[in-house]
Amino acid sequence: MTGTPARRRPYGAGAAPYARPSAATARGRAPRAPYFFVLPAALLFLLFFALPIGYALWLSFRKAKVSGLGLGAGARTEVWAGLENYTDALSDSELLNGALRVLGYGCIVVPVMLGLALLFALMLDAEKVRFAPVTRLAIFLPYAIPGVVAALLWGFLYLPDVSPFYFVLDRLGLPQPDLLDGGPLYLALSNIAVWGGTGFNMIVIYTALQAIPVEVYEAAKLDGATPLQIALRIKIPMVAPSLVLTFFFSVIATLQMFNEPTTLKPLTNSVSTTWSPLMKVYQDAFGKGDIHAAAAQATLIALATLVLSFGFLRAANRRNKQEAAR
Amino acid sequence: MSTLAVRKAAPAAGTTPGTAQGPPRRRRIAFVPTVTLLLGAVYCLLPVAWVVIAATKSGRELFSTFTFLPGTGFTGNLADLNAYRDGVYWRWMGNSALYAGLGALLSTAVSALAGYALAVYRFRGREALFNVLLAGVLMPPVILAVPQYLLLAQADLTDSRLSVLLPQILSPYGVYLARIYATAAVPADVVEAGRMDGASEWRIFTRISLPMMLPGLVTVFLFQFVAVWNNFLLPYIMLSDDEKFPITLGLHTLLEQGANTPALYTLVITGAFLAVLPLVALFLVVQRFWSLDLLSGAVKS
Repeated sequence: MTGTPARRRPYGAGAAPYARPSAATARGRAPRAPYFFVLPAALLFLLFFALPIGYALWLSFRKAKVSGLGLGAGARTEVWAGLENYTDALSDSELLNGALRVLGYGCIVVPVMLGLALLFALMLDAEKVRFAPVTRLAIFLPYAIPGVVAALLWGFLYLPDVSPFYFVLDRLGLPQPDLLDGGPLYLALSNIAVWGGTGFNMIVIYTALQAIPVEVYEAAKLDGATPLQIALRIKIPMVAPSLVLTFFFSVIATLQMFNEPTTLKPLTNSVSTTWSPLMKVYQDAFGKGDIHAAAAQATLIALATLVLSFGFLRAANRRNKQEAAR
Repeated sequence: MSTLAVRKAAPAAGTTPGTAQGPPRRRRIAFVPTVTLLLGAVYCLLPVAWVVIAATKSGRELFSTFTFLPGTGFTGNLADLNAYRDGVYWRWMGNSALYAGLGALLSTAVSALAGYALAVYRFRGREALFNVLLAGVLMPPVILAVPQYLLLAQADLTDSRLSVLLPQILSPYGVYLARIYATAAVPADVVEAGRMDGASEWRIFTRISLPMMLPGLVTVFLFQFVAVWNNFLLPYIMLSDDEKFPITLGLHTLLEQGANTPALYTLVITGAFLAVLPLVALFLVVQRFWSLDLLSGAVKS
């Protein structure tokens, strides 16, 4: 904290000339201040991101070896396992089935959620729309509700005893499907994710829509383009980057699916403890106590996430370049 | 989905007469967008409306009366919840408030410092640091949570409040947002003028730049508050003593116990209703002076 006497000191005078260089010289001189500013973030990153990742990798190449009867302090030792944990994980049918279940779930959630988010964003951006601020807040509201509570609320709405849907179906004399079993279970789980995620994605897309200058579609409107044509030909292509971003985050969130099936588990028998790959990791690490297998599976899921997301980003970039070249 | 296509086609037909010559109709509302948005709002409010009404029903009413008919048992349910395990529910709420409030505050401070440095200074390793931090967004939390648990276990910190608080302080998305806001809100010549006056870099940050970044930092705080409040996985892995549970984990265990005893359903429902209130209230209050758009990194020039 510099005191007031120093305030009027002419630049460059005093004990430390050039101690506070201008921004131009700061670039060349590598000042220390920014390193202090980023220090907390860097330290936390090392401790809670880099170190755990490194540790998980290390664990994934090791295994527990039990000698003798497995009793006594020295009976369980850790030995190098090479790729054994990985080959085990890749040939584990339960993990593979979990991955397939999540894939099926993702194929429903991501298109429906982003489709709805885009639709609502376009409608908010439409001219002469009424109740826009209120409906925007209402659609965004589920973002503020914890995923566990959301799953719990919908879980009750799926239960025949208390659900209004079953009440209506019952009165109409229509068949009442079991929403928490078989195929409908995917729809039931997808609905929870769509309900919780649409609002946030809508805001991201809507923000991008509002950044489009009015002049861009003024000309199209004068040429007699309908709102639908303007939406399809001008607005959607112009918000493509934010669609890419929301897609990216949605895919990552889907791969990490854990909360919803874990919460619905008490309400139905058709959600096993290893329903999604992450639940399997949790089960192996804390249920079975096999942290090495869990670490290998976790690493595989992380790799799949990275490959999928970067592959998608590269494909999106290539398309953008092609469009720009046209 | 077919209904969407039909409804989408409607405005095209509806607006053609509007573009024809004649007096412009005053404030004619766009029917299709308005109805679409209202349907979306109904869908999003439905479960919330349900829990509000269900929380007023006594155990018997829950299974016998029509779902959207208010019951008479709210005060009874509240008393039951208060009495449950000597009021453990309110301790869960208190824990959530502590984790989310303190965690978000610390997270905002860390993000503000890092985001400001990344936006205002040119220094060696700047882009590398930013990219590495952003890559943290991609890491599935469980990949981190399991080794985090094992590492904290070695430090004898698992099943403590710190084990839930510490891993959530650094938020890569928070740093990213803070960098965007700092770039937009803090002009380089203001920082330069501070230097000319002989202020230290720290003083420039706290006295000049921080107030300028404040509206953006409110967003970082809210984002992180919601993220911590809604987090389930980390406390699920870290904690076993239910006195330290946040509300999400508490409700989950309550549901697990209540699954076989429908008598506990009313407790879970009332608990869920009360758990929804704080964040909804927070957003309703905050949105009067804060825009949702800021959450996606939008900055007005």
